[in-house]
Amino acid sequence: MTALEFSLILFVSSIAAGLLGALSGLGGGVVIVPVLTILFHVDIHYAIGASLVSVIATSSGAAAAYVREGFSNIRVGMFLEIATTLGALLGAWLTTRVPTHSIGFIFGLVLLYSAYASLKQRHDALTRKPDPLALRLKLEGSFPSDQCGQQSYVAQRVPAGFGLMTVAGTLSGLLGIGSGAVKVIAMDQAMRLPFKVSTTTSNFMIGVTAAASAGLYLHSGYLAPALVFPVMLGVLAGSLIGSRLLVKAQVRTLKVVFALVIVALGIEMIVNSLRGTL
Amino acid sequence: MNSPTAWNDQRIETWVGVLLRTGVMMAAAIVLTGGILYLAQNHGPRADYSHFHAEPQRFTHFSSILHGVAIFNAESIIMLGLLVLIATPVARVAMCIAGFLFEGDRLYVAISAVVLAILLYSLFFHK
Repeated sequence: MTALEFSLILFVSSIAAGLLGALSGLGGGVVIVPVLTILFHVDIHYAIGASLVSVIATSSGAAAAYVREGFSNIRVGMFLEIATTLGALLGAWLTTRVPTHSIGFIFGLVLLYSAYASLKQRHDALTRKPDPLALRLKLEGSFPSDQCGQQSYVAQRVPAGFGLMTVAGTLSGLLGIGSGAVKVIAMDQAMRLPFKVSTTTSNFMIGVTAAASAGLYLHSGYLAPALVFPVMLGVLAGSLIGSRLLVKAQVRTLKVVFALVIVALGIEMIVNSLRGTL
Repeated sequence: MNSPTAWNDQRIETWVGVLLRTGVMMAAAIVLTGGILYLAQNHGPRADYSHFHAEPQRFTHFSSILHGVAIFNAESIIMLGLLVLIATPVARVAMCIAGFLFEGDRLYVAISAVVLAILLYSLFFHK
């Protein structure tokens, strides 16, 4: 295969991965790493390098749209970014220590969990007593609500949220993904922030988290320019198209189909890791 | 409550949104330029990525990448685009520090500064 053919195939596959990532709400990274490692036999270090860079691009590209909606909370995001960036440094360092098949195995588990999380119905929890720490850190806000104008909220269980965010950051750095699913759990389940606030703030945080591991990836030589270029441009294009389609598409049926694809990729990653063929 | 010219979170976020979009579009344009140049120069078989050997120093150090860009090396131009991309969220945090400073929120100036320090550590301190 020539360099041109290889780049074109990668570009088209990356558009598909970006589309799938945007429409399923899982992000492009979760899809592109298995595609590169299983389909194209790319070593996982190069794969997570290309993926992480694509994650920064899609997160930053989508942020402008989220800002306009007025749901994201920069204080909550910035405070929790201390946890995610520290986790990301740890995760990126672990990639230089942990054997390839273990990274693949953990990746497979995260895929299976993500598929499950993407299908689970979300309900905004009832507001309970706010955490005094949240008040001191000003982890509060309001967002435009359909029923009653501005709806206000205060974060709860801040230490639990901070801890989970460290885990999200570590997974991001170790697997080259945005780990939006874990970030949303931290804000939605632990800190009881409204779901819309959690998802948009999570997207906002993904770029900064990924930038923290990107420096270490760069210095460790995981960023192969000729591989990254079709992947990053493809995932970015795919996710931009995907977020436009999302407004019109019938989400529920699509989500089930995508979840099955993700489960298949997850099982494939785990099997390949156990066989040592990854 | 707030006069239209006062600094508030919404205003910071609007600026941040513009910054992020501009950064990504610039990065994508540079990566695309380098990529087209790369494909124009490389007609041979595809590179093999099935075994990991860390990329050579010309793609892992800032000064080497800039040197490569100066001599129009296609892959160095792609790497420059990636550096612009990685710098975008870093610039976002720096912009938030400025915003919180204008708001007079010292606590969040400090919190943002910690995040910025972690990012700069990752970019500049390595073996």
